[in-house]
Amino acid sequence: MNFEWLGRQFDNIVFLLGWHVLLAVAPLILGLLIALPLGWWAHRSRRIYPLLVGVAGLLYTVPSLALFVLLPLVLGTKILDPLNIVAALTIYTVALLVRVVADALDSVPEDTVQAAKAMGYRGYQSLVKVELPVGVPVISAGLRVAAVSNVSLVSVAALLGIPQLGSLFTQGFQLRFLTPIIAGILLCVILALILDGLIILLNRWMTPWTPKVVAS
Amino acid sequence: MINYLLNPAHWTGSDGIPALIGEHLLYSLIALAVAAIIAIPLGIYIGVTGKGVFMIAGLANALRALPSVGLLILLVLLISPSFPSKMGYILPSLIVLVLLAVPPILTNTYAGVRAVDAAAVDAARGMGFRTMKILTDVQLPCSLPLVLSGIRSALLQIISTATIAAYISLGGLGRLLIDGKAQNDYSQMVAGAVLVALLALVFDQLLAFITRRVVSPGLTRRTLKTAVTPAAADVVTTPVAA
Repeated sequence: MNFEWLGRQFDNIVFLLGWHVLLAVAPLILGLLIALPLGWWAHRSRRIYPLLVGVAGLLYTVPSLALFVLLPLVLGTKILDPLNIVAALTIYTVALLVRVVADALDSVPEDTVQAAKAMGYRGYQSLVKVELPVGVPVISAGLRVAAVSNVSLVSVAALLGIPQLGSLFTQGFQLRFLTPIIAGILLCVILALILDGLIILLNRWMTPWTPKVVAS
Repeated sequence: MINYLLNPAHWTGSDGIPALIGEHLLYSLIALAVAAIIAIPLGIYIGVTGKGVFMIAGLANALRALPSVGLLILLVLLISPSFPSKMGYILPSLIVLVLLAVPPILTNTYAGVRAVDAAAVDAARGMGFRTMKILTDVQLPCSLPLVLSGIRSALLQIISTATIAAYISLGGLGRLLIDGKAQNDYSQMVAGAVLVALLALVFDQLLAFITRRVVSPGLTRRTLKTAVTPAAADVVTTPVAA
């Protein structure tokens, strides 16, 4: 490790890290917002479930580099536009979470739903105040997987020249220089761990009724 | 893109599309075979004995967090000086492909063996089956759907990452994407992207078809239902994107 080089590159690395966080986190939030209604729809309708899960599975098979290259055709963006990366990762996140949200809602015990109904919760209130909160642990387990894989996937965009931590890999490759590569890998892993930890904390905060020991 | 694909010159020779598909498949299948040889016995061992369970979750998560591009480039820089020929980039690529394919196969094999109905195992023992026979005739056939779904995730992961490995000069369809980028030839990139997506889709459907053919019909209905429990869902939806 050449620490002197790292010191000189500090500002640049912070800039890359900032973009990396943005490109990994924005699709996570967008994806969750889109997956919640879709997952609810799949949960409500036995006919929609296999359809949505099937389409999600197909989208998931498209390799990331291919999706990054194909999206400009659909969106009308330039190939270097970071929007392509956000859109691609949002698609992956939705594809992963639709099924998770549907399964989370399916996992809510029928007794709980009946109890909410008996206490006067209407359909919408029961969903927002009872069924979704009870499904939070399952959803956050899915969200953790999406968060960690998003962090890793963002770095693929470096092959197209979109700046984020992956740029350290291509830079190191061109210079035959290990320092930026090791720094990039470490920062990616740390970022993934932090996001993972934040989702665990958020889950614990949103489900105060669960026992303190979290089985993961 | 259509023009690129329709140009007959792109379909012949050592850098023609059929040759690139062949190369892509060759590396992918070698990596899948090596990963399966490592992960399936290990998964069975952990599933049957219950030893090393802690390793499973940690390993799967840690490897998911590792950026595959970084890993590829790191290994090339470390390994290529000692292998001057083509092995300098083929070997690191294969190592990364195997490394990414092991966790889905391992976790699913483990989960599959664990999920076998204890009553079925007891019944087999009661009928006088020996431990080895229980494994080959009861536990393995019952865990087959999950094992195959792990192999399916692993293969998608491999096909996807092999595309990325074109950056460190591995052959295969990724060449069209990386060379197209270098030559500012967007139609070549799109052609490559479409072909890679199709290749992944075809192999995903092929494995889905194989799964339907080889899994005992007595299992399919039940395993579909049990796969929905939260703990199992985490394992089954191992992401494949890379």
